[in-house]
Amino acid sequence: MTAEEWQIVWFTAWVSALSTVMILPFGLALAWALARHDWPGKSIVETLVALPLVMPPVATGLILLHLFGRRGALGSFLHDTLHFDVIFTWKAVLLALSVMSLPLLVRSTRVAFEEVNPRLEQIARTLGASQWRVLCTITIPLAARGIVAGMVLAFARALGEFGATIMIAGNIPGKTSTLSLAIYQNVQLGEDANAFRLLGVSVVLAFAAVWFSEFLLRRKRKPQ
Amino acid sequence: MKNIAQLIVGFSLLLSALCAPAAEINVFAAASLTDSLKVIASNYEKASGDKIVFNFGASSTLARQIEEGAPVDIFFSADEAKMDGLDKKGLIDTSTRKSRLGNSLVVVVPSASKLNVESAGDLTNASVKQIAFADPKAVPAGVYGKGWLTSQKLWATIEPKVVPTENVRAALAAVESGNVEAGVVFKTDAKISKQIKVAYEVPAKDAPKISYPMALVKEPKQPDAAKRFLNYLSSEEAGQGFKRFGFILLE
Repeated sequence: MTAEEWQIVWFTAWVSALSTVMILPFGLALAWALARHDWPGKSIVETLVALPLVMPPVATGLILLHLFGRRGALGSFLHDTLHFDVIFTWKAVLLALSVMSLPLLVRSTRVAFEEVNPRLEQIARTLGASQWRVLCTITIPLAARGIVAGMVLAFARALGEFGATIMIAGNIPGKTSTLSLAIYQNVQLGEDANAFRLLGVSVVLAFAAVWFSEFLLRRKRKPQ
Repeated sequence: MKNIAQLIVGFSLLLSALCAPAAEINVFAAASLTDSLKVIASNYEKASGDKIVFNFGASSTLARQIEEGAPVDIFFSADEAKMDGLDKKGLIDTSTRKSRLGNSLVVVVPSASKLNVESAGDLTNASVKQIAFADPKAVPAGVYGKGWLTSQKLWATIEPKVVPTENVRAALAAVESGNVEAGVVFKTDAKISKQIKVAYEVPAKDAPKISYPMALVKEPKQPDAAKRFLNYLSSEEAGQGFKRFGFILLE
């Protein structure tokens, strides 16, 4: 493994973890709102969140490219007023990973929230707990396994993301190159030995993520 | 005279079409040839009755696909190195190899850009934050571009600004979208886009010699039809077609 390859590995792991942490508050809030409440426009939001899961990743990437490009609706604002560029920088990688992994997080945490018996929450409320306290002490702890599972799924999806990333972040060595992009490029260049080394690393990373989640879940189960 | 020549070519194509059943010829060609080859091939298809199926992409990608056994009759590369690579592996029918097309490099900027590029050195200015390049590690347009900037002793300074793209057309698209300040593409690529303008033409003496070799692969599926199309690509008529798109005909 060269220094350049280690950089790719660290960058991929780090940006995937960051994207998972970043979407967590938003994903949890959304999943909770979808699981526990009915509100106008709910089905539209549901569909929008699921879209990146069913659409080709490059199509999602294209939408993001047009939104965040310098001439895009959001991108032009960011570029002109805040002098903040997203496309072809590491921020674009973060954006692609977050958008692509959010549906997985929302899906599994929503199911987890739905499986929490609402009577337990109601009882806590009758005992005087605020809605916020019920959420933190009853709902989230009871849904913890689903939340962890969702986070692992989101992290794994982020590790492997390719299509949307290459559309909006490109494959810039040392800046936006992730494991999947680097593997693809090495195969294109005919450097299969490098590709196999990176393949090995991604297997180890995926294995570690799944093992870590199992470890967390086992620890959660013990006190019960 | 030219008309008569064209008539003869046309007539002979018609004859060959009548004699031979329509064949499907697979051509793997450099992305920069996309527009010119499509026009030339549609003329040829009308005249010959054969069908030309294209796979356009970075020559490096195509070479790799050919190595892996992709179904192909003709390879048309944007640099000699990719053809040499296949040749060394014995995948090319060397006797059919020919290089007749040349090209040149240009620096392009979005049409609305006020960027002024008078020399390669201007690309080092701070106002140029990112420059789109076909991947300089492998894709011909990028390799040529890197060769140019290396000969100007600027590559080390400019490399951190490089946004490598899949092929030369993707570099063009990055400039069109305005997400990068500049890009290095072939002159022929710049010609097909209205959303960009040429800021600087790289003088031929500064850049590596650009030439496009074409050849039949070993054991093509349609050897006769593919050979006929390859001959047509060397014809005067096809040459004029390439010229219209800005290619240089090498002697």
